[in-house]
Amino acid sequence: MKTNKSKKLFISGNEAAVLGALDAGARLMFGYPITPASEILGTWIKEAQKNKGLQFLQTEDEIAAGFGVLGAVLGGVKAFTASAGPGHILMQDSLSMAENMRLPFVGVMMQRGGPSTGTVNFSQQEVSLAAFGGNGDGLRIVYSASSIEEMYELVKKGFDSAWRWKFPTLILGDGYLGKMKADILLNRKKSATIKSSPILKEGIISTNLRNCYSSERSLGEALRANIADWNKTKVKIAESETFMAAGAEILILAHGLVAAAAKEAVLELRQKNMKIGLWRPITLNPLDTQSLKRAVAGARRVYLFESSLNQFARIIKYELFGAEIDIKEITKPAEGFTPEEIIGLIK
Amino acid sequence: MDKLFPKSYKQETKPHLFCPGCGHAAILKQLGEAIDELGVQKNMALGIDIGCSLLAWNFFDIDTAQTHHGRTASVMVGYKMARPERLAVAYMGDGGAYAIGLQSLLHAVLRNEPITVIVVNNENYSMTGGQKSPTTRKSAEGGDLRGFKGPEMISHLAAKNAWVGRGSVGNPRQLRVLFKKALANQMENKSFSFLEVLSICPVNWKTDAAASFERLKEMEKIYSLGEIKIDDEKN
Repeated sequence: MKTNKSKKLFISGNEAAVLGALDAGARLMFGYPITPASEILGTWIKEAQKNKGLQFLQTEDEIAAGFGVLGAVLGGVKAFTASAGPGHILMQDSLSMAENMRLPFVGVMMQRGGPSTGTVNFSQQEVSLAAFGGNGDGLRIVYSASSIEEMYELVKKGFDSAWRWKFPTLILGDGYLGKMKADILLNRKKSATIKSSPILKEGIISTNLRNCYSSERSLGEALRANIADWNKTKVKIAESETFMAAGAEILILAHGLVAAAAKEAVLELRQKNMKIGLWRPITLNPLDTQSLKRAVAGARRVYLFESSLNQFARIIKYELFGAEIDIKEITKPAEGFTPEEIIGLIK
Repeated sequence: MDKLFPKSYKQETKPHLFCPGCGHAAILKQLGEAIDELGVQKNMALGIDIGCSLLAWNFFDIDTAQTHHGRTASVMVGYKMARPERLAVAYMGDGGAYAIGLQSLLHAVLRNEPITVIVVNNENYSMTGGQKSPTTRKSAEGGDLRGFKGPEMISHLAAKNAWVGRGSVGNPRQLRVLFKKALANQMENKSFSFLEVLSICPVNWKTDAAASFERLKEMEKIYSLGEIKIDDEKN
């Protein structure tokens, strides 16, 4: 793969994810093949063959991949994994441990159609799983990438977030984003950022970490501290993009590739003098609620598009509860939207 | 510190929380002595499985992380890749190692991962109330009791420079030697090491001290102690 700074690259979203991990200082990847995320592991292996400082392990399943990441993280190395659908389900085991023990964990999840084996292509059906999939309260950072360039940026940023805030961090792509290739101009830059040091500290006094507590009170105390951290930092973590929403009477809410299609639809409808805009979350969890509220405030009509039944809508409606905004939900689980289709549905 | 206790103990967490008569504490004492004798207390990390073993999360003054049920071998594989110069030790029960975590255990053996896995076998799921586990002996035809031969199975799969053994809480002196071998092998050969330890569970077995050790003796009759090496020429 070409890595020249100024050069145009012809790469896939999966390859972009690897570049993001490399520039974030990742040294170790654990993975198990699954479409449409397999090329992340494949590309990483190629990189590791060129660079002796990088390691990888193709594990026996996604459970082992997730826990391998946690072991490496305990040892102070920036490690990550990637998966999709059924593999993402298996990784909930390790994600839940990361959430409990505040271990940095980075996973790139290329959503495929579900439930079950579903399809290998595309969906936005892993939003709830990513944000709220564990037996906890969803203190996880979830990004949704809308382009190949953004996949690079968000994977890089995901490492920084995970290591800075110590919440497990997932970067979602909508299936096709992993597989599709495009000419892109990447401004590749190494993260200046957070160093990784051993969490098992190797000090004079030992570090003894647990995830099992002996009383409601002791677990409750630990959870309250984590929730307080989450509430304190979520404003710093939350990100969104507002596109042509100033003065818009019609607002579209969408994320990931659906938002990319919606953006094209907005551009075309703007040329036809329709006052339309787009609000797109970059983090699905935590949500940039203040920006969302500002964006919907001036709109007469709000449309929400997603490639799942209502996983995105639930997050939005929870945040907008009481705002008395009528949202028209147009949802197609595991199927995509074209800009033309969106234009047709809005007219 | 009192000479009765290993130097590697975390003194402030004693007395420990295992049930009275539990085999774990006696096993961990020998592990502590072995760690002391090898002088590796500050050059190792311990991963602790869920089940009764989870109570060992702060047993030692050693860097330790509790993991999930059956996942400790996977965590220590990752740890060892990150910190190859340190000893990585997984401490598990028979349910965690031989049921829910068997897949990861076997693949760690096949890949000859340079970690040490310790499995305490007390023939049941103790923490949850004594349910049957893969090692609970089953009556076979003719009245024989068939057990689960973890070390023998692993020995079949293990690389030539791996080390596999079985000890018993009933023979602490031998156990300490076996612990030392299981740890030293990781350092010297950079290969997989595995030690199963036969243990007792008076609370769930519903046995007094004498009956507990009687049952342990039965186990020692059907399971070989010491290094377990199965040479398979065609392997």
